[in-house]
Amino acid sequence: MNYETVIGLEVHVQLKTETKIFCSCPAGSGGEPNTRVCPVCLGLPGTLPVLNRRAVELALRAGAALNCGLSGFSKFDRKNYFYPDLPKAYQISQYHRPLNGAGWLEIPTAAGKKRIGVTRAHLEEDAGKLVHFEDGWSGVDYNRTGVPLLEIVSDPDLRRPREAYEYLKELRSVMRYIEVSDCDMEKGSFRCDANISLRPAGSRELGVKVEIKNLNSFKAVERALEYEEIRQRGLLERREPVFQETRLFNADLQQTISMRSKEEAHDYRYFPDPDLVPVVFPPERTGEIRGQLPELPLARLTRFREEYGLPDYDAGVLTAERSLADYYEEAAVAGAGYKSLSNWVMGELLGKLNEAGLTIEESPIPAGRLAGLLKLIEEGTISGKIAKRVFAEMFESGEEPARIVERRGLLQISDRGELEGIVETVITGHPGPAADFRGGKEAAIGFLVGQVMKATKGQANPKLVNQLLRARLS
Amino acid sequence: MNAKLNELTARETAGLVARREISALEVAEACLSRIAAVEPLVGSFLRVDGEGARAMAADLDRRLAAGEEPGPLCGVPVALKDLLCVKGWEVTCGSKILKGFFSPYDATVVRKLRAAGAVFLGQTNMDEFAMGSSTENSGYQITRNPWDLDRVPGGSSGGSAAAVAAAEAPVALGSDTGGSIRQPAAFCGVAGMKPTYGRVSRYGLVAYASSLDQIGPFARDVGDVALLLEAISGHDPLDSTSAPIPVPAYRDSLGREIAGMKLGVPRQCFAAGLEEGVERAFRESLEIFRGLGAEIIEIDLPRIPHSVACYYIISTAEASSNLARFDGVQYGYRSPAGENLVEMYEATRRDGFGEEVKRRILLGTYVLSSGYYDAYYARALQARRLIKDDFDKAFERCECVLMPTSPTTAFEIGSRIADPLRMYLSDLFTIAVNLAGLPAISITGGFDASGLPVGIQVIAPPFEEEKIIRTASAFEAGAGFQDRKPVLSVPPAAAPGPS
Repeated sequence: MNYETVIGLEVHVQLKTETKIFCSCPAGSGGEPNTRVCPVCLGLPGTLPVLNRRAVELALRAGAALNCGLSGFSKFDRKNYFYPDLPKAYQISQYHRPLNGAGWLEIPTAAGKKRIGVTRAHLEEDAGKLVHFEDGWSGVDYNRTGVPLLEIVSDPDLRRPREAYEYLKELRSVMRYIEVSDCDMEKGSFRCDANISLRPAGSRELGVKVEIKNLNSFKAVERALEYEEIRQRGLLERREPVFQETRLFNADLQQTISMRSKEEAHDYRYFPDPDLVPVVFPPERTGEIRGQLPELPLARLTRFREEYGLPDYDAGVLTAERSLADYYEEAAVAGAGYKSLSNWVMGELLGKLNEAGLTIEESPIPAGRLAGLLKLIEEGTISGKIAKRVFAEMFESGEEPARIVERRGLLQISDRGELEGIVETVITGHPGPAADFRGGKEAAIGFLVGQVMKATKGQANPKLVNQLLRARLS
Repeated sequence: MNAKLNELTARETAGLVARREISALEVAEACLSRIAAVEPLVGSFLRVDGEGARAMAADLDRRLAAGEEPGPLCGVPVALKDLLCVKGWEVTCGSKILKGFFSPYDATVVRKLRAAGAVFLGQTNMDEFAMGSSTENSGYQITRNPWDLDRVPGGSSGGSAAAVAAAEAPVALGSDTGGSIRQPAAFCGVAGMKPTYGRVSRYGLVAYASSLDQIGPFARDVGDVALLLEAISGHDPLDSTSAPIPVPAYRDSLGREIAGMKLGVPRQCFAAGLEEGVERAFRESLEIFRGLGAEIIEIDLPRIPHSVACYYIISTAEASSNLARFDGVQYGYRSPAGENLVEMYEATRRDGFGEEVKRRILLGTYVLSSGYYDAYYARALQARRLIKDDFDKAFERCECVLMPTSPTTAFEIGSRIADPLRMYLSDLFTIAVNLAGLPAISITGGFDASGLPVGIQVIAPPFEEEKIIRTASAFEAGAGFQDRKPVLSVPPAAAPGPS
């Protein structure tokens, strides 16, 4: 029998606020344990939460980017369960009236764009972190407690592990574009749990689902889902039951392992948090928030393809990060050729930045200067080869390309008279290859051009050299 | 004069200290002496901070001498219910589970009292986590009613009410979730007010039921209630449920006439098994109001009989969540028993909480559990709305509502503890007011045959505490019941106070 895979993802995005969601402690990550805490985020008796306005604004912006319905009325609920990292023994979350209702995200797939439904995107507070010591004791670090999270729940619209990967990539890209989160999986500011079930192809009913946790990278999500797809198909084919359970992905084994069954699942006893008042905002705010959104990655990708004539691949790489796309466009506007600019950005620039551990914002070469360098090539002032040297120097010093060329005397030699002399010397010095070429061995010309370039320290105009050699040897 | 400083009103004390006719330290000493003398009989306090009180008073005297502007509560000794957080103090909510929890911060009301020049005497006894109507549910001790030491002071703020009645402190703060200020005020013959929900910040009040809890003052007369209420009211950025409504000068409502004022009496309040003495005193108090020129009209609060059921669903649901944090992990009591985390949780909560608290946590957990939420919690919220509607309708016809505070006067210690349901039902008249979020005061409206005080409630629309103060102070002026004081026969050996 053929089976259809049904996948839904729950993503937690850490919102980029200065302070925590319900108190004024700084919201960042790391630091000595329990140094960014106060009576409120420690849940001490008598303390009360006060909602961070900025967190609501960021969450609404994210909702707008995900095309979510905004009702203008939202409330917070308590999710009750005991765990040492949860100091109040309940998490303030949103259950009955989330800030952002149903929406969607378009993702690129091999078969074109696909629209993935978003069930909801709601605000909640993060829990702390347990630290286990060698002597068997555990400690709790509450620094992370109360950091604002946006939980984005997708509809079960994903059909392949690869689609889940694409969805996460697109979601991260969008969240970073609209500057609501750093979405750094390593730092925990972007976390994902996956739900997967299989059903007979053509069936409308959903199969028994399994939740997978401990997914530390997009690749891990894809791998875990692939493993689970095979495991569940095996069970179904052997007519064995699939149990509703939570499984952990073990990256070393590349397998999912059972953690707890549905019977052990919590009854969270959600109810409205009486310490907080509803969030109410007028409907016109919705339009305002949408109006302030930047161009989103998929739209920009399409435009890059059409406006700059770039291949899909280039457009995808260049628009994955807003700052990179901004960089490209700034250089393009400054007059660099679109395709060669794309090659230089994706090749030389990203390569160097990567090596140096810098982001595009930290690039020592501003977009305008890279455009300047490319113009020097196009105008024939320097060769592509020299340009790489100039680029390397620009990366070190940040200097104007034209000044480097001038100071170093790197101007391309396009003077016929000067080059004819050098061509003459090279031919005289290498009679063998010259004879080979005359004898019809076309490849020999390459060696001779190389010799001229060498003699001119790369500054000769290679096109002209080629021409002169051929003329002299014909 | 020294021996009587503890019997001055807060208004008198603040005036005398501000004018430096007496020192704050003298007043504090007088209260501490009285406490030392009567505590063995009454047991109002869980902890008395004599050293702290003297230091606060002395510091205040120094600052006044240096020309500092006196605050409105300058030198006024205050007793605080043991669920208000005071920086550096152990705060236990009358529970063993919080033993050893020292608050690192001040509740907003505590901060406001400090700013107003008050002097803190210590923390008063209460039913554990404010759950109870007799203060017998305290995890530490019982408190006796100063009018009759064999009787309860009411609860849950029984310690605060008894301390004021026994002249250990001129004023005290309590909290009221279902009557926990008004009922003990009634039983102890003092004035006690539950302000409108949102009038006083709850920041630093250890929560029982967050949507019902409200901090309020106890005093020996309405004037002092007004003074204290003014000092603690107002919007607090640390409490989202506190209202951004300006605080009026409540004392301006004192000594005003009530002639022509329409006061509503719900017909339901006579049908609910009032004790004979309570009914008689209540009816007589209505005559006093009439004598002051007020018009008494009958009103209808048809849904009020549902209050108790509604209250015990909402309050326990919230409590089950609010009290979940007492799990032995961060602070307070942790059971040494248990081999793992879950066993530690279970043993800590089993041994740390008292019976009544556990009963309410179980009830609240049940009504919120999956599959029961709609049948209980959601319906209780609807019922609450209807009860509020009843009051809204009533206030279209009258300015304030009058009701007995409790169907009985103070009962004997131990007489009700085995029958929780009967204890719950006795809170009918106070509970409805919390569900509707309204302000209400309890003042002494008369006495029963055995001389025990009978409390009457004056209830007003939200944020109209001024009407309550005006009505209640006019009644006081007309009736004079506040001048009658309990007599405690203090054994001479136990009275080492200054001579």
